[in-house]
Amino acid sequence: MMVTAHFSELARGNWYEYASRFLIGGVVTAGAGIMAKQFGPAVGGLFLALPAIFPASVTLIEKHERQKKEQHGLTGVRRGKEAAAVDAAGAALGSCGLFIFAVVVWKLLPSHSAWFALPAAAVSWIVVSALAWLLSKRYPKFKSSILRHFEMNP
Amino acid sequence: MSDIIVRFFVGGTIVSLFASLGDLFKPKSFAGLFGAAPSVALAATLGLAVLTQGDRYAAIEARSMVAGAVAFFIYARCLAWLLMRRKPHVLKATVFLLPLWFATAFAGYAAMRIWR
Repeated sequence: MMVTAHFSELARGNWYEYASRFLIGGVVTAGAGIMAKQFGPAVGGLFLALPAIFPASVTLIEKHERQKKEQHGLTGVRRGKEAAAVDAAGAALGSCGLFIFAVVVWKLLPSHSAWFALPAAAVSWIVVSALAWLLSKRYPKFKSSILRHFEMNP
Repeated sequence: MSDIIVRFFVGGTIVSLFASLGDLFKPKSFAGLFGAAPSVALAATLGLAVLTQGDRYAAIEARSMVAGAVAFFIYARCLAWLLMRRKPHVLKATVFLLPLWFATAFAGYAAMRIWR
């Protein structure tokens, strides 16, 4: 399956959807900093992987998919929920990359410059996430039943 | 206080950028990868922790982030299963499962402290 970029999808969102993402992202990042100050970096670090923006994003995906179906006279409720489920399954694969990102920063930062460690971690995140996704497509046993279900019911 | 305001704007911008990447790509399973992007981590560590607190401080944060990432995996898999099998209200399901992330993340954090 080819990965394609659809810039028209960006126009589908309303200004308040983008504003809410900015607000939630800002609050969570500031909140992680406050937690680190209050309880130390060990507790604050947990919140760097908090799926805070995820509820808002997955809700928007469900809404947009439902609206697409409604434009064709269908209810789209089931399709919207399935699209949200597929996005969540993709996020689970992406969390493998998030795990590697954290490990690379943890292991590299004490001995290497941040200007080396952080880009190395970002590249590791992209590579591992993409590999996890490719494996899920190539090997049926690795692929989750959710992704299989969605592909059989497009 | 200014530190928090900078975090807010840097975090808001980076999180929004990664979320927009998620909108951009198809298939949706690939776009979902960006739902677990280290956007808050990049904003918090690159933006401020390294610059103001030093490398060691950011490394301690990253060690705990490992437990957070494992919790994210469990949260996302459970959410995907719940949405596909039970078809609940999406926003309610995502928020309802957040305590699962907290429980798993803090359990992982406690385990890391015990086995360190």
